[in-house]
Amino acid sequence: MTDITTQGASEASKPFDRARALAAFKLGDSTFYWLTRVSALIVLFILGGIIVSLVIGAWPAIKTYGFDFLVTRRWAPQLEPTPILGALGPIYGTLVTSFIAMLIAVPVGLGIAIFLTEFCPIRLRRPIGTAIELLAGIPSIIYGMWGFFVLAPFMTDRFMPMVIRTFEGVPVLGTIFAGPPSYLSLFNASLVLAIMILPFITAISRDVFQTVPPMLKESAYGLGCTTWEVVRNVVIPFTRAGVIGGIMLALGRALGETMAVTFIIGNSFQISGSIFAPGTTISAAIASEFAEADGLHMSALILLGLLLFVLTFIVLAAARLMLSRLEAQAGK
Amino acid sequence: MNPIYTSRARNDKIVRFLCLFAAAFGLMWLGLILFTLFWNGLAGLNFSVFTEMTPPPGSKTGGLANAIFGSLIMTVIGVGIGAPIGLFAGTYLAEYGRHEKLSNYVRFINDILLSAPSIVIGLFIYGAVVVPMGGFSGLAGSLALAVIVIPVVVRTTEDMLLLVPNQLREAASALGLPRSHVIRSIAYKAARTGIVTGILLATARVAGETAPLLFTALSNQFWNADLMKSMANLPVTINNFVQSPYEYWRQLAWTGALIITLAVLALNIVARMLDAERKKK
Repeated sequence: MTDITTQGASEASKPFDRARALAAFKLGDSTFYWLTRVSALIVLFILGGIIVSLVIGAWPAIKTYGFDFLVTRRWAPQLEPTPILGALGPIYGTLVTSFIAMLIAVPVGLGIAIFLTEFCPIRLRRPIGTAIELLAGIPSIIYGMWGFFVLAPFMTDRFMPMVIRTFEGVPVLGTIFAGPPSYLSLFNASLVLAIMILPFITAISRDVFQTVPPMLKESAYGLGCTTWEVVRNVVIPFTRAGVIGGIMLALGRALGETMAVTFIIGNSFQISGSIFAPGTTISAAIASEFAEADGLHMSALILLGLLLFVLTFIVLAAARLMLSRLEAQAGK
Repeated sequence: MNPIYTSRARNDKIVRFLCLFAAAFGLMWLGLILFTLFWNGLAGLNFSVFTEMTPPPGSKTGGLANAIFGSLIMTVIGVGIGAPIGLFAGTYLAEYGRHEKLSNYVRFINDILLSAPSIVIGLFIYGAVVVPMGGFSGLAGSLALAVIVIPVVVRTTEDMLLLVPNQLREAASALGLPRSHVIRSIAYKAARTGIVTGILLATARVAGETAPLLFTALSNQFWNADLMKSMANLPVTINNFVQSPYEYWRQLAWTGALIITLAVLALNIVARMLDAERKKK
């Protein structure tokens, strides 16, 4: 102990070594610089890693099926010697469920956002807004469980038979809403998906609506516009790019969502025209078959994952471009 | 009254009603979910949930102790790996490379990763870690969570550092502080609350992630602290128990779901309170 204190004292009494201190600073400086730079590059490497690792995993399936993978309807992993595997069923299910989910969630979500920014009493705005943001953070498996135990039985026993009876015999609609009702169905999965992305759409579009300068809205009110006219002619045109960007972000989420749909979609690779029939999505197919897959079957599942990544990449990239245009506009 | 005025007023009223209806409709579903969760989850919430292992099929006793433990471990390690990388990457974007071309690419890719499907990240770690290592492991699960944490932290760190006024940095530089010291002792300090908020939100995000763990950590029925072996965790346990025919397993699944949701909500609320404090300053 005494040793250290005497050493410290003697060092303090020494003249300050300027060159040494500067060298230490320089070393610390460049170390920190490279630490941050390498971390930034890691972000790029992750993307590269995802693509490379998926392509390697999917390579046997790409070699065996090629382009046919995208247009084959049959999914027969047990077939000897080579299983027949086609992605058309999961792709169809992914697109249909996301489409129906957006059809429900976009109008409702925008409605809630307009309600929160324009109509809602000021005192209620914050609590309702916070509640919706908190709901956006709830893990998707909770939505899936709820869909499985509560929503699916209710919809299947009460709602579906009514709709099926109503549209029986009507061309097109009769096929879309054909029976028999099933707990595990594309429609139930879409509904859970819609409820899951609802808080997400609401939170984004509310934030976007709030970027409208109050001056613009006040001018419109000053000219005698009703609230709806202000929303339609000022708020929405001003925020169009942002709203579309937010909707596409939500679409990206719906396309890739796994846990909310896996329980109640039925994992059936058949394509029937009815939305009340079981189906599957890309992510649900991967999640439910992964445990018992091997060889070519496994490779095909990874290829499905690669397809999903490409699909969401395109949607998300478009969304980001839209949103960055809005940011540039707001920055002006 | 002028018919144009009446029709305009009427349209306004219709839209007002529709928006109110949308809000009631949306909030009703969300409220219903929370109600079901609490109703079913509270019924099975007792002390043994936290002390006993996950039960074998058909058993009438048991808890979630090993799953809760595994989830905690993997979340902590995942955030422990992901948060520093995200913090440094965000620092580069905001401090060193603010106007570089490289930063624009990193920003764009980061935004894509921020909303990439988590199942794809699970497949990535499966191919990159699980297959070479020869089996499912808690470490692979943690890495998958880290990959999800990184983009969230990069984004918030950059945003928060950009809010720090440049005069502060200039003043520090004028005193002769080297750049890295300016960042560490001035910029980080000024942006601390915001950065912590971002890390908390990232933790909340991964705490309930299920899909990536299916392919990386798997799950099991035992107490396991070995990161090289498959590790029990709450989300995958819930996933397995929900679809089982055993009443007790399903009860445990609801209880586990309630525990996760409460944890996620608590993290979110703390993050929000920190954020409110930051804005007040």
